[in-house]
Amino acid sequence: MIEYVTSADFLLMMAKIVGIFGGVMGALAYLTWLERKLMARVQMRPGPTRVGPFGLLQPIADGLKFLFKEDVIPTNANKFLFVLAPIVALIPALLSFSVIPFGPRLQVTDLSVGLLFIFAITSLGVYGIVLGGWASNSKYPLMGAMRSSAQMISYELSLTLSVVGVLMIANTLSLGELVTAQQGTWFGFIPRWNIFLQPVAFVIYVVSAIAETNRLPFDLAESEQELVAGWHTEYSSMKFAMFMLAEYANMVTVSALATILFLGGWTGPMFGPEWLQMVLPTVWFVGKISVFIFFYVLLRSTFPRFRYDQLMRFSWKVLLPLALANILITSLIVALS
Amino acid sequence: MIEILFFFFAALAVGAAINVLVQKHVLYSALSLIVMLTAMSALFILLQADFLAVIQVIVYAGAIMVLFVFVIMLLNLPEDEDGADRLRWLKFLGIPLGLFLLFLAVVTLWNVERPEVVEAQISGTPELIGRSLFTDYLLPFEATSLLILIALMGAVVFAKKDL
Repeated sequence: MIEYVTSADFLLMMAKIVGIFGGVMGALAYLTWLERKLMARVQMRPGPTRVGPFGLLQPIADGLKFLFKEDVIPTNANKFLFVLAPIVALIPALLSFSVIPFGPRLQVTDLSVGLLFIFAITSLGVYGIVLGGWASNSKYPLMGAMRSSAQMISYELSLTLSVVGVLMIANTLSLGELVTAQQGTWFGFIPRWNIFLQPVAFVIYVVSAIAETNRLPFDLAESEQELVAGWHTEYSSMKFAMFMLAEYANMVTVSALATILFLGGWTGPMFGPEWLQMVLPTVWFVGKISVFIFFYVLLRSTFPRFRYDQLMRFSWKVLLPLALANILITSLIVALS
Repeated sequence: MIEILFFFFAALAVGAAINVLVQKHVLYSALSLIVMLTAMSALFILLQADFLAVIQVIVYAGAIMVLFVFVIMLLNLPEDEDGADRLRWLKFLGIPLGLFLLFLAVVTLWNVERPEVVEAQISGTPELIGRSLFTDYLLPFEATSLLILIALMGAVVFAKKDL
């Protein structure tokens, strides 16, 4: 035990954990800045400009504000569950980063069932929302929590089923192997990404992922015109910040998963000296994730919200049959070739 | 190290399971059940059955229990107060029956031939489990899916008397 703790392996592992965790937390903080700035520009506003150059220090100011705000717990709330809910929301959201490969060696652990691990962990995240809504003991949070859980259960089905086609082609559940299976090119210039083999699955995945993360145009759970703010109406200060952090973390997770499954993860053109080749995979990976994040923010600033019955009908009558048909056709082709 | 983890998660699972019964409020019972299922999944990991552990969380903790919690919230069930009175005599029946079950379990386990301790050869990889499910255990596997379908249809028939 003591030998292990002082070994180089352990130190490397610790360095990876600290590096990835710190990097992810920093990125999440700056995602709030990016979202505010980008949405502002779409709507012809300047966005945050006062704190630091281009408002770059805004996330730090926001974090301090969250820390110093009064922490209100409603009188009739269930105190234990009210405090527990943000923790339950945040921990699974951060745990899933432990299996995501940020580069060839920049991965905390490569589980043989990595993909299923992420699905398992994110399926626990819904409890944070449900408990938060219920424990507040107030009608709008309860409505929001119920909408959210119904929505997340429905879209989780099509999300999981859309991935099956990719798994049949790659023949593995490990995220590291999924990426290495997509290295190389066809005809010398088309990268061997799964998006070209599974375009339908990619569209289903992206749509379901937006619904899973409760973002516009699927943010029925917190639609402010009807429900004030949905399940986190009664939350303030750091607890609210934890909910928000969990939401952003989930957004990054589904984007990272989309990159790994369909866009070849950290693969990309390699050139330059050795130190550059060490960094490039991570740069490609982060770049590909950023494309998804930009897409999310642009969606939020341009699209109106779905109606609730439309949302449910779309999931069960369009996405689910489409995902099943995709599995059927893919398995036929895989079996014949 | 493994022993410490085993006893921690075993104690957590048993404690949570007892808590399911002790709690008066249905929601707390459901939450304890989730803790119990997650602790069980940690025990599966210690047995190197990664796939089983993950499926345990996805199916039970992530899907079935979400529906439970959802229904409890939807109905907003009050605390279980007078329900216990009607079933008071069950308590007196339950203790001897429970002791009998414990006795049976101990006797059975005591008489089981202890297999030679071997290194874990079958780690629970998805490949191995999938292969055995679709070759050796194909009939039970398909029969189970039929059973679930029948249960589903039964529930629909009960819920809607005149279809």
